[in-house]
Amino acid sequence: MTAAVEVEKLIKNYGAVRAVDGIDFTIQTGEVFAFLGPNGAGKTTTVEILEGIRPTTSGQVLVLGKDPWKHGRELQQRIGVIPQDFHFFPKLNPREAIDLYSNLFGVPSHASELLERVELSDKADALFENLSGGQKQKLGLALALVNDPQLYFLDEPTTGLDPMARRAIWAVIRGLKANGRTVFLTTHYLEEAQVLADRIAIIHLGHIIATGTPSDIIRRFGRPERLRIIGDPALADPLRRQVGLPVDVQDGAISVELHAKGDALRILSWVESSGYSYSSFSTAQDTLEDVFIRLVGGTDHAALDLAPEGDAA
Amino acid sequence: MNGRRVRSYFIAFAKGYIRNPIGLFFTLVFPIILILIFGAVFANTGSSAVTLYVENLDHNSPASVAFLGALNGTGAIQVHVIPPDSGNLSAYLARNSETAGLVIPAGFQAALVSKTLVKVIVFTNPAAASQTGIVIGALNGVESAFDLKAAGGSVVISSSYLNVGSQIFTYIDYLIPGLIGFSILTSPMFSMVNISSTWKRDKLFRQLSLTPLTRSEWLTAAMIWYILLAIIAAFVMILVGRSVFGAHVSVVPWMFPFLIAGPVLFVSVGLIAGSVSKTPETAAVIGNVILFPMMFLSGTFFPVSSFPPYLQTVAHVLPLYYVIDGLNDGILFSNGAGALRDLIIVAGVAIVLFVAAVSVFSWRED
Repeated sequence: MTAAVEVEKLIKNYGAVRAVDGIDFTIQTGEVFAFLGPNGAGKTTTVEILEGIRPTTSGQVLVLGKDPWKHGRELQQRIGVIPQDFHFFPKLNPREAIDLYSNLFGVPSHASELLERVELSDKADALFENLSGGQKQKLGLALALVNDPQLYFLDEPTTGLDPMARRAIWAVIRGLKANGRTVFLTTHYLEEAQVLADRIAIIHLGHIIATGTPSDIIRRFGRPERLRIIGDPALADPLRRQVGLPVDVQDGAISVELHAKGDALRILSWVESSGYSYSSFSTAQDTLEDVFIRLVGGTDHAALDLAPEGDAA
Repeated sequence: MNGRRVRSYFIAFAKGYIRNPIGLFFTLVFPIILILIFGAVFANTGSSAVTLYVENLDHNSPASVAFLGALNGTGAIQVHVIPPDSGNLSAYLARNSETAGLVIPAGFQAALVSKTLVKVIVFTNPAAASQTGIVIGALNGVESAFDLKAAGGSVVISSSYLNVGSQIFTYIDYLIPGLIGFSILTSPMFSMVNISSTWKRDKLFRQLSLTPLTRSEWLTAAMIWYILLAIIAAFVMILVGRSVFGAHVSVVPWMFPFLIAGPVLFVSVGLIAGSVSKTPETAAVIGNVILFPMMFLSGTFFPVSSFPPYLQTVAHVLPLYYVIDGLNDGILFSNGAGALRDLIIVAGVAIVLFVAAVSVFSWRED
């Protein structure tokens, strides 16, 4: 596999404000890579630098092996972009927009086919200004598909959309992946990153604080898996002495951190034989959302401090 | 520069414009409304006579009637004799808000026959200086003719009157080239200021920068569109001027260089104004500050030669003045040398501003 995007020590300042502060990451060809972060984290700045429409302050950026600021025109033929909050000429309809793009790129126009693919056929002849937010975003996606590029930059493609429109766009992104295309996706929807992305980078205040597959990140930054027992609170103390694991009592539930595969079984058989009363068992694991909130919520500075080590992986 | 891209973008740009009724209104309909309004208000200026109210105290003697007939005959004066029971002429004029009056004294005919001095009394209003001038001029002429006749002399010097360009030009004739200049100024300026600022806000330039379309292709398509609009507007205005007011204007080859260089010039001005502004609101203010003085001081509605000297000086630094002056030279006076002189200035300024616009107008951001 070759790298579609390589970013090294990228810094971007706007006047005195540092929007991106020395980030590194690589996207492999054929990968769906999600850039996750709260508003103002530096996502859009990064994606615009990769698209070649903003210069860097310092650092190295290669897109399909080229510097996008210097070779922007060359790269345009090979990348597809949907900007955040896509706007187009208000008095053109989707069919005309696709025809225009096809002419500009010098490729035959397949307007009907593309509109079908993004589920916008019924609005083919409606003026852009009369489309809903979701329909506009779908047109943006259709336009990004016009020149059948190798690499896509989708900047918050589903922000503000209803669940139906969001799923339609997800289906197109999955189709791109199935065809071996590379997708760089920024989002602040954790579910979107979790269902679509092969790998995720979490960016916060201009720093990448975690990268890896969704399960990697949960494993590395999430709390360990826990066994929850709903039962007699008096159970907690003898259990702690018996199994030698951290035990917590909260809201009438006893929670035991699991460190090894056999721990759950060991605990269950001891509780069963102990004679204390209990009603149910369940296991719980942090979701990506729990991890994300812990990482960027500003409450867990220990996690933030860990980040540079995590990045090196 | 790729012809296919320019053509396809031009079509998209034109569709956007045609589907926006406000833009089309200001380009094609508004100037016609101006022609109709200004034409109707000023259509008779220059040929209309000043009404002179006359109180004839010589009881319609043949001499006084002949004198008034001669005044009427000048064409500059329309004599209106007030009924004998109207009372004092001065009071009559004031009551009816009229500006010019004449009293023929009793004994006018007798004085003429006996060749003794008789004084007619003239009322004028200093606020209506041009009408006063016409009245005094016509009176002097007629009085001299009567004096000459009374003295038994004969006419030695006579004049025959022709208008400049050996054709009679009315206000509407000057208005048409002025309004063609007006539309060359306004539609490119207004829409370029608007486009370059709002498209920046809506990131439409950013969107285009992600396609193979180049800035110069974009500009070329936009300019072709505004040149086409200017030519259509010129044809429509000439047609309306001729058919409604009988204006002495026609389509001449000399107007085309101005219909090309003019839009290029004002597209560039609009692009600069829009590019240097941070918000569409600031852009609109800058646009209006440039547009309105130019619109009124360049001879759009009134000939610059009728301005006071200091305003004429101001007019001579405005590029639109040279567009309109050149159109006048081409359309009205068939003065190729004058039109060429104006064209060199317009084209020169257009090139300088175009280069400046291209350098300040950016699709990409920092």
